[in-house]
Amino acid sequence: MSDVSTDVALDIYRRVLNIRRFEEEVGRLFTEGELPGVVHLYIGEEAVAAGVCAALRRDDYVTSTHRGHGHVMAKGGDPKRMMAEIFGKETGYCRGKGGSQHIADFSIGMLGACGIVGGGIPIATGAGLSIKLRKTDQVSVCFFGDGAANEGSFHESLNLASTMGLPVVFVCEHNQYGEFTPARDTMNIEDIAVRADAYGMPGHCVDGCDALEVYAVASQAVGRARDGEGPTLIEAKTHRRGGHAEGEEAFLAGQKYRLPEEERLAAKRDPLLILHERILLEGLADAHALESIDQDSSQQMVEAVTFARESPWPDPETVLEDTWA
Amino acid sequence: MPRKTSVDAMREALRAELLRDERVVVIGEDVKVGVFGGTRWLHREFGDERVINTPISELAVAGAGVGAAATGIRPVIDLMFGTFLFLAFDQIANQAGAMRYMFGGQTKLPLVLMTVSGAGISAGHHHSQPVHPMFMNMPLIKVVLPSTPYDVKGLLISAIRDDNPVLFLSPITLGSQRGEVPDDPYTIPLGEAAIRREGGDVTICTAGAMTRRCLEAARAMAREGIECEVIDLRTLKPWDEACVLRSVRKTGRFVAVDESFPVCGAASEWAATVAEKAFPHLRAPVQRVSNLDVPLPYSPVLEKAAVPTTERILEALRRCMQTEAA
Repeated sequence: MSDVSTDVALDIYRRVLNIRRFEEEVGRLFTEGELPGVVHLYIGEEAVAAGVCAALRRDDYVTSTHRGHGHVMAKGGDPKRMMAEIFGKETGYCRGKGGSQHIADFSIGMLGACGIVGGGIPIATGAGLSIKLRKTDQVSVCFFGDGAANEGSFHESLNLASTMGLPVVFVCEHNQYGEFTPARDTMNIEDIAVRADAYGMPGHCVDGCDALEVYAVASQAVGRARDGEGPTLIEAKTHRRGGHAEGEEAFLAGQKYRLPEEERLAAKRDPLLILHERILLEGLADAHALESIDQDSSQQMVEAVTFARESPWPDPETVLEDTWA
Repeated sequence: MPRKTSVDAMREALRAELLRDERVVVIGEDVKVGVFGGTRWLHREFGDERVINTPISELAVAGAGVGAAATGIRPVIDLMFGTFLFLAFDQIANQAGAMRYMFGGQTKLPLVLMTVSGAGISAGHHHSQPVHPMFMNMPLIKVVLPSTPYDVKGLLISAIRDDNPVLFLSPITLGSQRGEVPDDPYTIPLGEAAIRREGGDVTICTAGAMTRRCLEAARAMAREGIECEVIDLRTLKPWDEACVLRSVRKTGRFVAVDESFPVCGAASEWAATVAEKAFPHLRAPVQRVSNLDVPLPYSPVLEKAAVPTTERILEALRRCMQTEAA
């Protein structure tokens, strides 16, 4: 049994669903050829962003990854402006200059998705330094993947954050794959969380498919950071339901790189199903309440697509705007 | 006016800005001791929270600067040697320079990255390689390369007050040189060149440590009756194109002297711009004098040969004076 209230459980459920329904729309639009560029979907990992962000305040910071839609959404991003950015439209968060991998919303502390693996880790650390220098009680959260845990920026940043006692929560989303290579081929340890020891900070493994578990562990780490007790490393074990990028089947020419039993396990561990089941089982809400959240969410995403589709392209003249400050 | 070293000038600039704006912090490895002296003992006055010693982690330190600058701090990061910037390349090239634009103007990045730069003290390649053209090649990063103690102070204060990422490179040979530096804080606009010597026969465009060498060459040419105009750009990006083009329209001859490698070096950019925008005024082909295309050697004799020498500058000037465009 979890000890969350109905309000918190439904808030988390809403975040998970918003991500799921948004990503389903993005996947469909990509397949139908309506989107420029490349998209990396967060389906299967929703419990991590939702569980962590539910433990944050609006003025807390997050940094993100190339698979960043879920983080923006969970932090409170506007689906319309997100979708418009992915379309490359003027009304998008970055006026069409960022795209899927560079969505940011500074007004809610979302400091940007990042196309460089491990690129956000030092930036989240710097936001933590800024909090310490400005003497506020904000917290900085850094989302990154298992692949990024093998980057030099991971090592340098965790050591720096620990040495300086910065209010940063490092959240490693271990989705088992770095692009097309299984993590078991790229690191000789089962749990990335053990690396926390090397930097003198607490490390926790959590079931990243169970949003309420993620919320519990994240709340503890966020509280610790807010109280000035320094950084924590959380490893959330999760699954990427889709490929590295949408449309990769054509590029892979029918070749498989995942084992069928892994895919079956990932399907069974669907964070939306798990959360749905837990909420009902623990009597936190009834099926009707969950269904109405789903309807609401689906409706919002349909509106987001319409908004993005009907929004104007950026004026080519704006290519020279937003340059020198 | 008091005569001070560039190191004194740098420390005065940092001190003035630490006093003026509590958002300014100095961060880097060994900034308390200050390997080159510019940050030395500032923590005694401003405390460990304003003058912050870090591990040797260039990538994380530069990135922390980016994250802090995006959230209300004005960090001055000391990365020591220009070559160490390469260890932090992702955070400079992919993040600092791009973030404001990439996010549609949502943020400003008031970030200064300071290092020494260039050759002249037999430090070997890893501590002597010039780096400025690589950063000039990236959008939305300002690059500053002063040549006098006076400029160090005024340009550094401007860099710290600027809302954009600024790479502040000090020629490694400049540190101990003395010059007139006022006690009070003052600014020199970024992007404004200084004409170090006026002349009507040939324009020399340069910056940083090469400025002195160009002035030596100009004095030698004057003895032969040829008057060189020596322009010290001071800021390499954005650079004072108007000042250079004005001079070339007057002299009709152009020599670019830069301490960096010849392919896609700073001299190439200056020469191309002059050829493109002042061609009708040119009376001879433009000339470039750059480093030789080799890593920086250690031996003083070899090191001297690898960077633009006064002799090579003189040769370029004479070639320029002897040829007439058809």
